[in-house]
Amino acid sequence: MKKRSFWSWLWIAIGTLYFILPLYSTFDFSLRARKGVLSFLAYERIFKDPNFWSTIEFSLVIAIFTIIVSILLVVPTAYWIRLRLPKLRVMVEFISMLPFVVPAIVLVFGLIRVFSGAPFFLTNTYFGTYVLLVAGYVVLALPFVFRAVDTGLAAIDVRSLTEAAQSLGANWGTIIFRVIFPNLRVAILSSAFLTLATVIGEYTIASFLVGIKGFGPYMSLIGQNKTYESSSLAIISFLLTWAFMGMIQLFNRGKADTSALAGAR
Amino acid sequence: MAYLSLSNVSKVFGATIAVEDFNLEVEKSEFVSFLGPSGCGKTTTLRMIGGFEMPTTGVISLDQEDITYQSPNQRNVGMVFQSYALFPNMTIGQNIGFGLQARKSPEKEIKQKVNEMLALVHLEKHIDKYPYQLSGGQQQRIALARALAINPRVLLLDEPLSALDAKIRVELRLEIRRIQQAMGITTIYVTHDQEEALMLSDRVVVMSQGRMEQIGTPAEIYNYPSTEFVAQFVGQLNLLPVTQVDKVNGSCVLAGQQVKFDHSFNRTISEAPRLAIRPEEIQIGTGEGRNTLKGRVETVMFLGAVVRLRIDLGGAVLSADLFNERNITLPRAGDDVVISFPEHSCWLI
Amino acid sequence: MSSKPTFFRDNKRDAPRARPSSSGWRNWIVVVPFFLFAFLFILLPSVSLLLRAFRDNDNRFTLMNFVGLLDPSILSAYWVTIRISLATAVGGGLLGFLMAYAVTVGNLPRPIRTALMTFSGVASNFAGVPLAFAFIATLGRTGLVTLLLKSVLGVSLYDQGFNLYGFWGLTLTYMFFQFPLMILVITPALDGLKKEWREASENLGASHGMYLRQVAIPILMPSILGSMILLFGNSFGAYATAYSLTGGFINLVTIVIGSQIKGDILYNPGLGYALAIGMIAVMTAMMAIYYFLRRRSERWLRQ
Repeated sequence: MKKRSFWSWLWIAIGTLYFILPLYSTFDFSLRARKGVLSFLAYERIFKDPNFWSTIEFSLVIAIFTIIVSILLVVPTAYWIRLRLPKLRVMVEFISMLPFVVPAIVLVFGLIRVFSGAPFFLTNTYFGTYVLLVAGYVVLALPFVFRAVDTGLAAIDVRSLTEAAQSLGANWGTIIFRVIFPNLRVAILSSAFLTLATVIGEYTIASFLVGIKGFGPYMSLIGQNKTYESSSLAIISFLLTWAFMGMIQLFNRGKADTSALAGAR
Repeated sequence: MAYLSLSNVSKVFGATIAVEDFNLEVEKSEFVSFLGPSGCGKTTTLRMIGGFEMPTTGVISLDQEDITYQSPNQRNVGMVFQSYALFPNMTIGQNIGFGLQARKSPEKEIKQKVNEMLALVHLEKHIDKYPYQLSGGQQQRIALARALAINPRVLLLDEPLSALDAKIRVELRLEIRRIQQAMGITTIYVTHDQEEALMLSDRVVVMSQGRMEQIGTPAEIYNYPSTEFVAQFVGQLNLLPVTQVDKVNGSCVLAGQQVKFDHSFNRTISEAPRLAIRPEEIQIGTGEGRNTLKGRVETVMFLGAVVRLRIDLGGAVLSADLFNERNITLPRAGDDVVISFPEHSCWLI
Repeated sequence: MSSKPTFFRDNKRDAPRARPSSSGWRNWIVVVPFFLFAFLFILLPSVSLLLRAFRDNDNRFTLMNFVGLLDPSILSAYWVTIRISLATAVGGGLLGFLMAYAVTVGNLPRPIRTALMTFSGVASNFAGVPLAFAFIATLGRTGLVTLLLKSVLGVSLYDQGFNLYGFWGLTLTYMFFQFPLMILVITPALDGLKKEWREASENLGASHGMYLRQVAIPILMPSILGSMILLFGNSFGAYATAYSLTGGFINLVTIVIGSQIKGDILYNPGLGYALAIGMIAVMTAMMAIYYFLRRRSERWLRQ
């Protein structure tokens, strides 16, 4: 017993070190913007940079649209294949796993090739590229949004709930928005925050579609010429991720089943 | 000295006492059941015999050998788990042969034993299948075969049937009894199902809150329950408040009517005495040596083999089970009836 | 289960429908947006790349784009990508497995497990640009650990041939999100390892070693391999981290595709399509193996 728990502690210690060291180093580095003393100068500069706020705002808005679109796409579909079209289940599952097979860089490549030309010409306007960006992010989020919603639906016997609601005289709108959505609250919120965590600092797709408008490309730009500020950005970005994942923990009450394989890599 | 004995065994988990001062002697080839509600300590006691829990105090000995602190893989005690616990990565044959393989028996011997065990549980055809390809009942038979393959000194069964359907449960318990008697293997059987315990066992240990309530043959447990807990847990029981108790002559008053009770079966009587009578002792009509009471039928429930009446005696309500026959004439709700039961069949609690 | 003829219709099928089936098209209209979206933004881009990979500049059918993959620099890009993916999958997989094992089977206090799960959720999502920054601050030329090793142990990493912008640097960086991901995907499998299996094995006289060799490890193997494949794919398709760490100066497949999109360096667009298709092919193969393994372990661990 004793020996086994020694090894357990050892592996945990190594992993913790692997986790802590880069963060500590980064934090330490971010405090050295002023020569000779530790200061929050790098943070001050970042917070004073209007581009920081505008890019974060932009990415936040894009993230919110991504969340809305993916929930509206996934929830009715997942609900309907449970209720009426179980035959389509395999196909929907397969589609929702496809983004694993198409890495973000390949996805954005394909999106640009298809939608920059006829008949779409989406990249000719700002609005068009934003639509494309949201679409790309919805694709990235699809695997975990579908899985979260589908497990949520599995837990609540949608058929009986629907039938009960119908027998009480509810119409489809009432059923979806007053019965199904509220019961999926946890699944929807946790996939929303996971989407937020993935999208907010996303670089690959954003850099090709909207350039430095996005927060990810902005961070990259800062990294190219401002060392201390980039460290402080890394810390800020880490805290954001932590906050979003913390929210999921809160909703899931300790069940941390949120494996994301999305495209921020 | 008995073959398997537990003396003064207790087990404490943190602040809870799971088993308290447990004493038991089991003879060779005997079938003993531990019966009780969940959390009564029956499984913990079994797991101490298997070596999966260490007793806090006490001694467990098997075949003149102190095994209290022996590790499970040294004990040569077979165990069947509620969840079957078959190894999912092995075929049925490999599962059954696992114990012999651990003992480094020769290949040929293992093969022979596996076949013998499969024949015992009638599943010869399935030797190369994987557990997930079998039904729950079949899996539990394999688990039994696996436990028996090592020629264990004692067979331990931890609620082996509770995960199965009712019909298979009945089938398999006959099977367990048959195999146990054929092999003459000493068996400890943990269950919360009184029917199982009564049907299978030579002796039954009724447990509650970590303590042994009573030990005896199934008939003793059922007919002469020594505590109120045993009386209520095993079988159905009417408990009716009585007054004017005369312990010497064995008489009391129930709902204004005189009743005689068995006072030779001497039990401590509580301050609020109640008359205990099993529903099947009660008949409609009267006779010699019987307590006769008047009442009114409240409900009639047809259950198949028996018909259960609820009879209002004027204050106390009692259940009576009548055996069904094809041309039975049943009273109706609201009818006035006279019922009776033998004087020696009821006692005071 | 049984092939006995039944006189009654299957109960489940007989269950009342949510509403007597109205006309067919109504049933389908709900799922149309999903399929339309999938068609437009997943299928169309992929298929378009596939078709273009077989076309030359004058839009004629050709296989030359795939022949171009055999170019030494492209082959080396695949080779480096595969090596990094393999190293991080095995390394991250092992570390993640051992940590997950420690908190599930290894009897560590419950709060440690909760903390580890939270941290894994965060760390597996902390990737891309900020992760690159973090590792530059740690293992770059003036990184904290680099300086610490020099001043305390007298070891100069960079004189020893280490380079954060090379193979090992990238591998160590990817590991930061790889092992937490392993923890997240392997923990359910470890939880599925029933206590009763160990007890049954002990009860039948097996030693702890025999239990590990014959029961625990074989049962976990499909999950471990499957998870490692997932990690492999995860690092195979990674772009942002590598790009911001090296500024694009490392020869990875994703980086080469990136330059192709921008139109610098490479002047043969067909090659870019072939590269992308090659990538999809590798990922598809990985996913197929993953599904095969997962189905096996699910079948075992069901009930």
